[in-house]
Amino acid sequence: MLSTLQQPPRSLSRIPLHLKPLRSFFTVASASASQDQSSPPSSQILTLRRALLSRQTTATQLAESYISRLSLTEPHLHSFLHISDTLLRDAQLIDRKIEKGEDVGPLAGVLVGVKDNICTADMPSTGGSRILENYKAPFDATAVRRVKEKDGILIGKTNLDEFGMGSTTEASSFQVTANPWDLSRVPGGSSGGSAAAVSARQCMVSLGSDTGGSVRQPASFCGVVGLKPTYGRVSRFGLMAYASSLDVIGCFGTSVADTGILLHVISGHDRFDATSSNREFPDFLSQFTSINLVESKPLKGLKVGLIRETLEDGVDNGVKSAISGAASHLEELGCTVTEVSLPSFSLGLPAYYILASSESSSNLSRYDGVRYGNQVFAEELNALYNDSRAKGFGPEVQMRILMGTYALSAGYYDAYYKRAQQVRTLIRKSFKDALDDNDILISPVAPSAAYKIGEKKNDPLAMYAGDIMTVNVNLAGLPALVLPCGFVEGGPVGLPVGLQMIGAAFDEAKLLKVGHIFEQTLQGCRFVPPIVADDLAYSQQ
Amino acid sequence: MASTLFRNIQTHPILFYPSVLFRRKNGALYCTMKSSSSSTTQTQTATLEKHQNPRTKVIDKRIKDYEAIIGIETHVQLSTLTKAFCGCPYNYGAQPNTSICPVCMGLPGALPVLNSKVIEFAVKLGLALNCKLSFNSKFDRKQYFYPDLPKGYQISQFDIPIASNGYVDLDLPVEFGGGHRRFGITRVHMEEDAGKLLHSGNGSFSQVDLNRAGVPLLEIVSEPDMRNGIEAAEYAAEIQRVVRYLGISNGNMQEGSLRCDVNVSIRPIGQSEFGTKVEIKNLNSFSSVNRAIDFEISRQVLLHSQGQGNSIVQETRLWEEGAQKTVTMRKKEGLSDYRYFPEPDLPEVILKKEYVDSIQNSLPELPEMKRRRYENMGLSMQDVLFLANDINVAKFFDATIAEGADVKLATNWIMGDIAAYMKNEKVSINDIKLVPRELAELIASIKGGTISGKIGKEILFELIEKGGTVKGLIEEKNLVQIVDHTEIEKMVDKVLSENPNQLEQYRAGKTKIQGYFAGQVMKLSKGKANPGLLNKILQQKLNASS
Repeated sequence: MLSTLQQPPRSLSRIPLHLKPLRSFFTVASASASQDQSSPPSSQILTLRRALLSRQTTATQLAESYISRLSLTEPHLHSFLHISDTLLRDAQLIDRKIEKGEDVGPLAGVLVGVKDNICTADMPSTGGSRILENYKAPFDATAVRRVKEKDGILIGKTNLDEFGMGSTTEASSFQVTANPWDLSRVPGGSSGGSAAAVSARQCMVSLGSDTGGSVRQPASFCGVVGLKPTYGRVSRFGLMAYASSLDVIGCFGTSVADTGILLHVISGHDRFDATSSNREFPDFLSQFTSINLVESKPLKGLKVGLIRETLEDGVDNGVKSAISGAASHLEELGCTVTEVSLPSFSLGLPAYYILASSESSSNLSRYDGVRYGNQVFAEELNALYNDSRAKGFGPEVQMRILMGTYALSAGYYDAYYKRAQQVRTLIRKSFKDALDDNDILISPVAPSAAYKIGEKKNDPLAMYAGDIMTVNVNLAGLPALVLPCGFVEGGPVGLPVGLQMIGAAFDEAKLLKVGHIFEQTLQGCRFVPPIVADDLAYSQQ
Repeated sequence: MASTLFRNIQTHPILFYPSVLFRRKNGALYCTMKSSSSSTTQTQTATLEKHQNPRTKVIDKRIKDYEAIIGIETHVQLSTLTKAFCGCPYNYGAQPNTSICPVCMGLPGALPVLNSKVIEFAVKLGLALNCKLSFNSKFDRKQYFYPDLPKGYQISQFDIPIASNGYVDLDLPVEFGGGHRRFGITRVHMEEDAGKLLHSGNGSFSQVDLNRAGVPLLEIVSEPDMRNGIEAAEYAAEIQRVVRYLGISNGNMQEGSLRCDVNVSIRPIGQSEFGTKVEIKNLNSFSSVNRAIDFEISRQVLLHSQGQGNSIVQETRLWEEGAQKTVTMRKKEGLSDYRYFPEPDLPEVILKKEYVDSIQNSLPELPEMKRRRYENMGLSMQDVLFLANDINVAKFFDATIAEGADVKLATNWIMGDIAAYMKNEKVSINDIKLVPRELAELIASIKGGTISGKIGKEILFELIEKGGTVKGLIEEKNLVQIVDHTEIEKMVDKVLSENPNQLEQYRAGKTKIQGYFAGQVMKLSKGKANPGLLNKILQQKLNASS
C-alpha cells in the first residue's frame, strides 16, 4: 500500500559528521518504547511526562542531555541565535515541583525552542535583524508566557529570515542555518531555525511564525510536523509584526500529538490582541486515544480534496509522487480523495506579496533607531532615520519595504493594495466552497524538497514562486497541518517531503486527528535526520 | 492582569527614560504645543477684546470688497481613564516618560487594543454635533516618520469617519453684535495623539516624551462656514462647551486638551472659487484664534489688493502671540502622501442601534438647548450666554432655580456678586462654599423680608467663603430684620431725643438731613430695621409736631 512512497535510501552514507554517541541521550524514549526505524513517531511530550511522574528521569537529566547534543550539533546547524542560560535552573525548578508532589503543567520539562521574532523577557529578541541586535524585550509574548505557565522550558531563540521575510533562513542578519538532512541545503524558512532544531532533536517542540508558509515549508524541508493555526487562534501579542493580517504563531514537533499539545497550550483569546479569537479549542487528545488502529478504515467517509492547481507544471516529480502516495494512503484509510479546483489559486502569490509587503512597510516603520535598537549617529533627523534603517535592515527587508511603500502610495493604492484585497476575498470564497464539499484539502507544501544553500539567493522571483502552495492558506486565514509523508532523492540519505492538510477555520482538531492517524499508519518511513540518527539509535539500545 | 504586566515593565529603567538625542535642522522640529506649567482648569471664555491693529484700520475699506473663508480642525483630547489602545493613564504635566508601556512606545510585538470609552465618547460627540453616524467604520494607519510618533504611523480614521455631516448652533456675544449662527461639521473621527518633543535651550538637540503618545483624540473638521475671527473663536468656544457639557474632555486649551488649526483664504466678493488657503497653528486661546484670523485676513487682503495675490501660497503659518502676527512655519512641498490603509490589528468598529439609542437617551442638556430654555425663561441674551457659557455655572443656576429661587433674582446674584467674587479670587463656581440651596434660601429670605438686602449681601460673602446655612447665620448673628412697629418707633424716638440740634435744623426746613436720622436709627438697630418701615415712622415723627 505504500509502494509509491520513497523510503530513505539507507545505503547512502549516513552522516558526514563523526558524532560521539552520548549515553544520556534519550533514556526517556528507551524506557518506554522500542522504536525501530519503521515504528511511528510517538509523543515525546507524553513520554517525558510519564517518565517524570514515575521518577524514571528528571527534567535536569533531560536538559543536560539536550545541552550535550546541542554542543555537538549546533556548530554544524546554527539553528539558534541564543541559548537560554537559565536552562538547568528552570529544569531544577520543575524537578523540585515534582519532588514536592505539586501539580505540574502539561509541558513540564519540555524543552521549547522559540523563533527569535517572538519576544522573550529573559533572552534577546532580534527578529534576525541587525537593527534589533542585542534588543531585549521587557515582556514575554503571550504564547511564550503560556508555555512557561504550563511548565515548559525555553531552550533558546531560533534563527530566521530577518523579520520572517524569506523562505530559506539565509536572510538572517546573523547566520545561515543548515538542513539537518543535508548540511549543504537550506532548512526552509522563515522559521528554519525552529524546524531544524526540532528535526535535529535540539529541542522537543518549537514555536515558529507563519505569514505565507514560514512554518509549513521548513517543516516539509526538515521532515517534521508543522502546524499553522487559524488566524486568531493564537495571540500575536509579542510576535514582531511582519504582515499583521496574515501572521500567526505556529508549532513544530516530531509528532502530530506534540504539535497539538503545544497548540493547545498557546491558543485562546488574549486581551492584548484584539484579533485573537475566543473560539474554544476542543480536547483533541481524547480523540487520539479512542482511535482504534486495528480498524482497517479509521477515516472512513472522510472527504479529501486534492488541490489540482498544486500539482501542475513546475512541481518536482518526486514531490508529485510523494503526494500521490500520501493520497493513496489516505484512501487506504477509508478517505474518498477527489481532485478539486481552486480557480483563483494562481492569483494568491501576487496578492500575497502585495499585501504582505504593504503591511510590512508599515509594521517596520517603528524600527527607526529613535527609541531602541541600533541607532546611527547623525547630524540631523532625516539622516538618523536613513542611516539607521539602511544599516539596520538587510536587502530582502529593504526590498519588501520599498515594494510595500510603492503599493500603498497615492495613485497606486487602488491598482495594487485594493485589488489584492479583492483577490483575497475571492480566494477566501473559493476555499470556503471547496471546504463545504470536502472535510479537508491536501496539497504539497512546496514545489520541491530542500534546495542548496545559495541556490535561489539571487533569484528572488524563483524563491517567491516556491511559496505558491502556502500563501493562499494565509490569505484565507485557514489552519493547515504539514507532516512528513515521504522522501525524494538528494542529500546523504534522501530528503523529506511534507504533505499539507488544510482544514476549515478553527477546525484544527480534525486536522490533528487525521494527521495523527496518517502518521501512525505510515509504514516504513522514519523521519530522523542522519545528524542525530546514531545518537538516537544508540540511546535506544 | 494587563496593568500588572505593564506596571512591571514600567520599572525597566533603560527603556523608560530614553534620552534619545538628535539634532534639528532649520527649526523643522517644531512642536505645536506650548508647554505651560499652569494647570488651572478655569473656564476659558471667549473674552475677545476688540483690538485695534493700525494695519487693520488702513485696509478696513478694502476688506469690504473681500470675503474670508475659514474652516477649523479641532483636536479634542478625551478624558478617558486610560489611553486609547493601552492601559496607561495620562496625567498632564507628569514627569516625561513615566506613563508609557510597550504598546504606546511602539515596542516590537506590542499590539493596540481599543479602549471602548473612545467609541462611547465619539458617539456622544457625533450625536451632540447632529452628525450622521457610521454604523460600520474602521481604523486606518496614517504613516509618516517623526520622533514623537513611536510606531511610524498614527492610528486614525481615513475614509469612513465615525460621524459626519453635522452642525453646531451658537449665539455670538452681544458685545460683538450678537446673532445666531449655524456652522457645518464635516466629520468627527477618532485617532491617537503623538508624544511631545522637548527641545534643548540652545536648539542643539531634542528629547522625546511619550507620555502623551496614544492618548485618544477626536478630530472635528468644520465646514468652511466662518467668515471672521469672532465667528471662528466662538465656534471653537462652542466646541469646548459641548465637550465639557458631555464630560468627554476638560477642553483646556493651555494644556493642549483642545487644539485648533484654522484654514483661512480670501476671495473677492462675488467670486465663486476659493482662494489659496493658509493654515495657522499655535493658537492657544480663543482670543488668539480671533486675532490670528483677523491678522491673516488683512495680510491676505493687502497682498491681493496690491496685485500680489500670487504671493499668498499654501503654507502653514504660526501665530506669534508676542508680535501679534502670523509667520511662515513651513511651505507645503506638494501633497504629503500618508499611505493610509486599514489598520489590520484592530477589528472594524460596528455600532449597534440599541447602543447608539442608549447613548442618545443619556445625553445631557447641551449648550444650545440650555440657551433656548433660558431664553424662554425670559432672560436677556447677555444673561443667557453668561449662564450657559460655563457648564458649572449653568448647573449652579439650574440647581438654584430647582430650589425654587426667583429666576431673575438668581441670575442677578450669580452674575453680580458671585461672578465678581470668582473673578477677583480667580476661582470657579465649584470652588466656592455657597451651595445652590442656600442661594435660593438667601433670595427667599430677602424676598420674604426676614433679612434686608444689605444683610443678604454680607451673609453671601460669608457663605461663599465659609459655607454654612442662611438660617444658621441669621440665627447666630441675630440678623432677623426688625419689622415690629413699636420697636422701631422706640429707636426713632431715642435718636430724635439724642439729636435735638439736628431735629431743630430739620424743622427749620433742612429736610435733607432725614437721611442722617435714618442712618442713626439703622445703626442703632445694627442694620436690622426694616428700611421701609423705618422711613415711614421717621417721617411721621419728624413731621408730627411741627
